[in-house]
Amino acid sequence: MLEIKNLHVKLEEDDKVILKGVNLTVEAGKVHAIMGPNGSGKSTLSYVLSGRDGYEVTDGSASLDGAELLEMEPEERAAAGLFLAFQYPVEIPGVGNMTFLRTAVNAQRKSRGEEEMSAGEFLKVVREKAKSLKIDAEMMKRPVNVGFSGGEKKRNEILQMAMLEPKMCILDETDSGLDVDAMKLVAEGVNALRSEGRGFLVITHYQRLLDHIKPDVVHIMADGRIVKTGGPELALEVENNGYAGILSEVL
Amino acid sequence: MALAQAKLDAAEARLAGLDLPKGGWSAAARADALARLRAMGLPGKRDEYWRYTDPSTLTTASPAGAALFDAGDEAPLFDGIDRVKLVFVDGVFDAAQSDDPAAAGVEFLSLAKDIHWAKGLYGVLEARGQTPVERPLAALNTAAASEGVLIHVTGSAAKPVNLIYLHQNETSDAILHHVIKLDAGAEFTLLENGPAAARFNKVLEVEVGDGARFHHIRAQGRDHERRAVTHIFARLGAESLFKSFTLTANGVLTRNEAIIELTGDDAKAHVAGAAVGDGDFHHDDTVFVTHAALRCESRQVFKKVLKNGAVGVFQGKILVKQGAQKTDGYQISQSLLLDEASQFLAKPELEIYADDVKCSHGSTSGAIDETALYYLRSRGVPLRQAQSLLVLAFLAEAIAEIEDEAIAEDIRQRLENWLARHES
Ligand SMILES: Nc1ncnc2c1ncn2[C@@H]1O[C@H](COP(=O)(O)OP(=O)(O)OP(=O)(O)O)[C@@H](O)[C@H]1O
Ligand SMILES: [Mg+2]
Repeated sequence: MLEIKNLHVKLEEDDKVILKGVNLTVEAGKVHAIMGPNGSGKSTLSYVLSGRDGYEVTDGSASLDGAELLEMEPEERAAAGLFLAFQYPVEIPGVGNMTFLRTAVNAQRKSRGEEEMSAGEFLKVVREKAKSLKIDAEMMKRPVNVGFSGGEKKRNEILQMAMLEPKMCILDETDSGLDVDAMKLVAEGVNALRSEGRGFLVITHYQRLLDHIKPDVVHIMADGRIVKTGGPELALEVENNGYAGILSEVL
Repeated sequence: MALAQAKLDAAEARLAGLDLPKGGWSAAARADALARLRAMGLPGKRDEYWRYTDPSTLTTASPAGAALFDAGDEAPLFDGIDRVKLVFVDGVFDAAQSDDPAAAGVEFLSLAKDIHWAKGLYGVLEARGQTPVERPLAALNTAAASEGVLIHVTGSAAKPVNLIYLHQNETSDAILHHVIKLDAGAEFTLLENGPAAARFNKVLEVEVGDGARFHHIRAQGRDHERRAVTHIFARLGAESLFKSFTLTANGVLTRNEAIIELTGDDAKAHVAGAAVGDGDFHHDDTVFVTHAALRCESRQVFKKVLKNGAVGVFQGKILVKQGAQKTDGYQISQSLLLDEASQFLAKPELEIYADDVKCSHGSTSGAIDETALYYLRSRGVPLRQAQSLLVLAFLAEAIAEIEDEAIAEDIRQRLENWLARHES
C-alpha cells in the first residue's frame, strides 16, 4: 500500500540532510510501528509524506497504491487516502472545529466524485464518533484546537481520522500527552478503523500504546534511516533496554 | 502660508463647480457649513490627518470616471432580509424603485422637503466633529448636499431601512447627507449598500437617545475605480448602543471616518470594518471615539486583507475626557498581507485624561499562517478553499460585531464571492 524507497530528504533552507535513504513498505491491513531516538527523522518522514513545505526530496520515491505521492499537492494526497495525525496539532483561530471537519469531509468527497454529506447526516455521524472519543459538543463549536488541552488535541486528530476514513493512517506520537484512559479511547478508535484495506504507520516512543494497538511490524529509525525491522518483540526490547544495544549492533 | 492659501483656493474651485441648494429649512445650517469650509479650505496631502491618504482626487472640481461593475448573476445584498428599500441612482432618490418608507415604522422625510425636527440636527454633529480635527469634506457635504434621508425613530422600528446606492453614470459625483434621530428607548437598523457614484461624499449624522439601540451595516460598492469619502457622526445618550459595521471590497479610494461621542453614562459604541482589496485599492479607516461620560464601552475592530499592492490605512483614536471614569476602550487594527507588494499603515492613538480607565489597543500586520494552511490541506481542503477559510477567520472578529446572524451570513457570502473572484 505505502511504499517508500530510498527516500533522501534535506531541508530546503540549508544543507541539513535529515532522511538518508528510508526504505519502508506498509501492506494493506497491517500496522507498522516506528520507534527511534529523538531527532532521528520520524516526524520529518511523516511531513514529507503528507506534503509539508520546507523539505527537498533529493532522491527516492514514495507511493500510495501505486500513485506517486511526492508529486501531489497535500490535498491530493489526502484525497488519495493519506492521513497524518500530527505530533503537534495546529491551532486555527476563527475556524470552527465543526466547520473545519465538514469542509474537509466534503472536499475529499467532492474530489473523489462522491456526493457531499448533508448537514444532518454529517452531524449525526460526527456526534456519534465524537462521543466515543469523549469529545463534547462544546469542543466541537470551538475554533480548531484553540484552547484544547494536549490530550484533547490528540483525540481531535483521531476524530478527524475517523471522519475522513483514510486508507493509510500515519500517527505521529498520538500517545504523547494522553492520560491512561484517553490512550485506551484513542486505541479503541484506531482499532475500530483497522480493516483489510487500511494500513497504519504508528510512530511512538512507548510500548504502552502498542499494548493497545498491536503492531505487525516494528521498525527502528536512527539518523534518518530504518536501521532494524522486526516483530512486536522489538518494541519490548526498546522499552527494556533503550536504543543503545540495538544501535551498537547495527552500526 | 502658500499651502494654506492653496487649500482655500481648492475649496473655492470645488464650490464653483457645485450647484449649491438654495433656501429651504436647512439654509442656515448650510450657510454655517459653508463658512466652516471656507475657513478651513479643503484637505491637502501635507495635512497630518491625510498623511497616509492623498485627498487630491476627492477634492477636485470634477471626478475621474469609474467604470461600472458587473456583478453577474450574484444576488443583491440583503435580498433575504425583510427590509424597506430606498434607492438612490448616482446620488438621486428614485421613488419608482423604492418601497413605501412608511412600512419601516419610522418617520421618514426626504432632505429636499419641508421643515421639521431635523432642523436642530442637520449639520450639528458634523460641526461638533470639526474639533479637535478638521474634516472639511464633511463640511462641504453639509453645505452642498441636496439629497439624503431624515429618519426619526420614535419606538422600535418595524423593519430595517436599506439605502441602496446604484451607480449608473460613469462620471457621477454624488453628495448625500442623512440624519437619523433615535428617541429614548428606540431601536433601528440601517443597511446601506452600493457604490453610489464614480465619486461619493456621504455624511451620516446619528443622534442615539438614552437607552436607544442603533445598528448599522453597510457594504460599499465594488466598482473598481470608484472613490468615496464618508463620515459618520454619532452622539450617544446614556445606556444607548451604537453598532456600525462596514464591508469594503474594491474601490480605488475609500476614506471612511467615524466620529463617535459617548456623552451619556453606560453607553456602548462598536465600530468595525472588514476591507478586502486587490491591486489598485487604497482603503482608509479613520476613527475618533470620545469618551465623555462614566462607564462607557467602545470597541474599534478593523481588519484588512490586502493583495497585489493594495494599501490599507487605519487611524484610530480613543480620547478619554477628564471625569470619564471606568471607561472601557478597545481598539484593534490588523491586516493580512497576501503578498509583499501590499502594505498597511496604522496609527493607533490613546489620549487619556481620567485615571480609572481600561484602554487597550493593538495593531498587527502579517501573512497567512502557512502551518494552518498546510494543516487544512493535509485534511483534503483545496488550497483556494483553505485560503478562503483562513481569510474569513481573520475577518471573523470584525464580522462578529454584526448582531443579526442573517445579515452576517450575507456579508460572509459576499466575502466568499469576492475571494473566489480574486483568486490569483
Ligand atoms: N524545519 C527544520 N529546521 C531545522 N531543523 C529541522 C527542521 N525539521 C527537522 N529538523 C531537524 O531534523 C531532525 C529530525 O527531526 P524530526 O522532527 O523528524 O525528529 P523525530 O524523529 O520526529 O524526533 P522526536 O522523537 O523528538 O519527535 C532534528 O534534528 C530536527 O531538529
Ligand atoms: Mg517527532
